[in-house]
Amino acid sequence: MTGVLELQDLQITQGQTRVVALDLTIAPGEVLTIMGPSGSGKSTALAAIMGTLAPAFRTTGRVILAGRDITTLPPHLRRVGLLFQDDVLFPHLSVGANLAFALPPSVKGRIARRALVDAALDQADLSGFAARDPATLSGGQRARVALMRTLLAQPCALLLDEPFSRLDAGLRAQIRSFVLSRIRKEGLPAVLVTHDPEDAQAAGGRVVTPLGIPVKL
Amino acid sequence: MITGGPLRWAPRLTLALLVVPVAAGLLGTLIPAFSNDAKGFRALLDWPGLSPAVWLSLTTGVAATALSLAATLLLVASLWGTRVFALIQHLLAPLLSVPHAAAALGLAFLIAPSGWIARLLSPWATGWTQPPDLLILNDPYGVSLTLGLVTKEVPFLFLMTLAALPQADVARRINVAQSLGAGRIAAFVISVLPSLYSQLRLPVYAVLAYSMTAVEMAMILGPTRPATLSAQVVIWMADPMLTGRATAAAGAVLQLAVVIAALLAWVLAERIAALVLIRLAEGGLRAHALDAVARGLAVLTGTATAAALILGLAGLAVWSVAGLWQFPDALPASLSLKTWMRAAPDLASTGGLTLLIAAAATALSLALVLACLEAEHRYALSPQTGALWVLYLPLLVPQVAFLPGLQIAALRSGVEGHWLAVAAAHLVFVLPYVFLSLAPAWRAWDPRVSVAGLSLGATPARVFWRLRLPMLLRPVLTAAAVGLAVSVGQYLPTLLIGGGRVETLTTEAVALSSGGNRRLIGTYALLQMVLPALGFALALLVPAMLFRNRRGMAVSA
Ligand SMILES: Nc1ncnc2c1ncn2[C@@H]1O[C@H](COP(=O)(O)OP(=O)(O)OP(=O)(O)O)[C@@H](O)[C@H]1O
Ligand SMILES: [Mg+2]
Repeated sequence: MTGVLELQDLQITQGQTRVVALDLTIAPGEVLTIMGPSGSGKSTALAAIMGTLAPAFRTTGRVILAGRDITTLPPHLRRVGLLFQDDVLFPHLSVGANLAFALPPSVKGRIARRALVDAALDQADLSGFAARDPATLSGGQRARVALMRTLLAQPCALLLDEPFSRLDAGLRAQIRSFVLSRIRKEGLPAVLVTHDPEDAQAAGGRVVTPLGIPVKL
Repeated sequence: MITGGPLRWAPRLTLALLVVPVAAGLLGTLIPAFSNDAKGFRALLDWPGLSPAVWLSLTTGVAATALSLAATLLLVASLWGTRVFALIQHLLAPLLSVPHAAAALGLAFLIAPSGWIARLLSPWATGWTQPPDLLILNDPYGVSLTLGLVTKEVPFLFLMTLAALPQADVARRINVAQSLGAGRIAAFVISVLPSLYSQLRLPVYAVLAYSMTAVEMAMILGPTRPATLSAQVVIWMADPMLTGRATAAAGAVLQLAVVIAALLAWVLAERIAALVLIRLAEGGLRAHALDAVARGLAVLTGTATAAALILGLAGLAVWSVAGLWQFPDALPASLSLKTWMRAAPDLASTGGLTLLIAAAATALSLALVLACLEAEHRYALSPQTGALWVLYLPLLVPQVAFLPGLQIAALRSGVEGHWLAVAAAHLVFVLPYVFLSLAPAWRAWDPRVSVAGLSLGATPARVFWRLRLPMLLRPVLTAAAVGLAVSVGQYLPTLLIGGGRVETLTTEAVALSSGGNRRLIGTYALLQMVLPALGFALALLVPAMLFRNRRGMAVSA
């Protein structure tokens, strides 16, 4: 299920300072890029969409995803996927179990679940990796597992918080195009936070600061 | 949030479970002490042993606390960052898990006139062919008691120091101070000690309150005529005459007052020490000469403490399998399993009951602590200082001051003498330790894992059961082992709430200690120590087995 992600006059203040002010609509397959100096509120904007904002912040406005008002929903019911700077694979689970964790409960039966996990691994060029310990994977492999895990949860939107910044230059371009092509293929509205103008260029969408001011690359 | 249910109440429920028994118990002790025209107090004042007993409680308690604190700080200051320090860290958990009674009995076997030390020195150095007629154990000044307390409290304070060290930023501060010309000890005292001590304050108060009022150690190692005030209160409580009970209640109230006075005096001493410290810092304390002395002293105290415990326990083990063992011989002439075989049925039933009570108290404590910590996480509650004080309440209020009152309540409600009532009483002491042991690791867990789980559609409950609990399995099991050790070691709550009918390894070992059967004492004390040790071993082995193929779950990670 895909649809637009609408940020309707989303404003976040911390004490007297306004850190986020966004009023825009992100179409399926579009990647909005948020850029800005450290501490300017980029991660805060994502946390508001995710529903994990610290109590220190005050929020007004609405977040509408695929026609549902998710502004006050708890995080696990929002169907918003998230990729971090690090892959945050669960260290106590195998690669396959990490992926299976994301499968919705509606997928019933061991065999059906196993098949979906294997298919996801195939698409990420990681066939046969299900039993592996995530700690034994390379950085690029881990990044791909993290993306496939997020997609298996069947999110309606994707948030990316500097997901490529820990990868070295060669790997970075490769993983970036993998992630972006998956977003377009699934038709997900996405928000990308980055410090790297190249990321923004590759994303190909609008580029704004957390306060909604357009950024010239 | 969606799961706003019972979890939200967990912290309040838990705090109530600690406050209510202590408060009710205190009340139940105060009332009989003052009823009947304060007859109990008059009987207490008429007792000729009163002032020496109070004095003993003060001197042994304060001396044990000061010595334990000094030894701990000395160890940390001069050995921090060395290989010996790492070794001590490994020895700590097993040493800490030795129950007070077992430690006291082990020490008794070591230093008694017919103990191992005298045997090793005889006859070649001492000329003794008979055990000398010396009052080493139960000496009237309480020196053996103080030593016994120190061997148990140093590991405890050391552990609390280890937990506090990460916040004290030791490496950087010592480096800066040393680069300004201070010696290592001076650097530690000036730059680390103030912030370290502010975190150690509650544990130190708990040590002071405990040391002044320890009952089972005083019964095994302490003076007898008179005994320390707390030990005497327990003797009065066992008095079948009702007058004994009133006197006991009055004595318990006095004991509480003495502990409060000592705590106030300690706080005053802290203030003075802080002023002195500022003077020293302003005076540019360097004290390079101190470093070598301190280091030597630290190694000596560390070794002595560990050796006293380990050799004492070894002594218990050897006695439990000793055949004929005459005086100056360092080892028994023959070994036999006769004592173990004869005691086996009793050991099995007593050990089983001990384990049952410990498992119940630990399981409930762990569930409550996990609920509190999870509520703190889900509702973004920030722990208050007040809550920390409540957590320490059962460790600060002397057991003799509130358990007698609680016993009356148990008696009235008819639950006295049931093992579940004993387990409930243990909970009051087990829970704080389980919390203190688990909270740092629980709070240090990477919150992004939780966000990642939620973003994948997992409910908060699923994140808890499938991610947080398994990832924190090692600290959770360690906390459970700590809880088990605390419960196994409880003497007074078992004795009083159990009404003398619930026999655990600890009550049996203490009861046997007044008799002379060293072989039998050895078996009980040894088993008393083995149970907690098994718990710690499992806490290490189980996660290592489960996660043997998960490098990200290795100890250093
Ligand atoms: N949990 C919190 N409680 C209070 N203030 C916070 C919290 N998290 C972040 N802040 C503050 O909110 C502001 C925005 O932080 P945010 O993390 O959104 O910045 P950012 O743009 O993501 O920076 P970076 O590029 O360094 O990741 C900062 O001033 C930060 O100090
Ligand atoms: Mg950020």
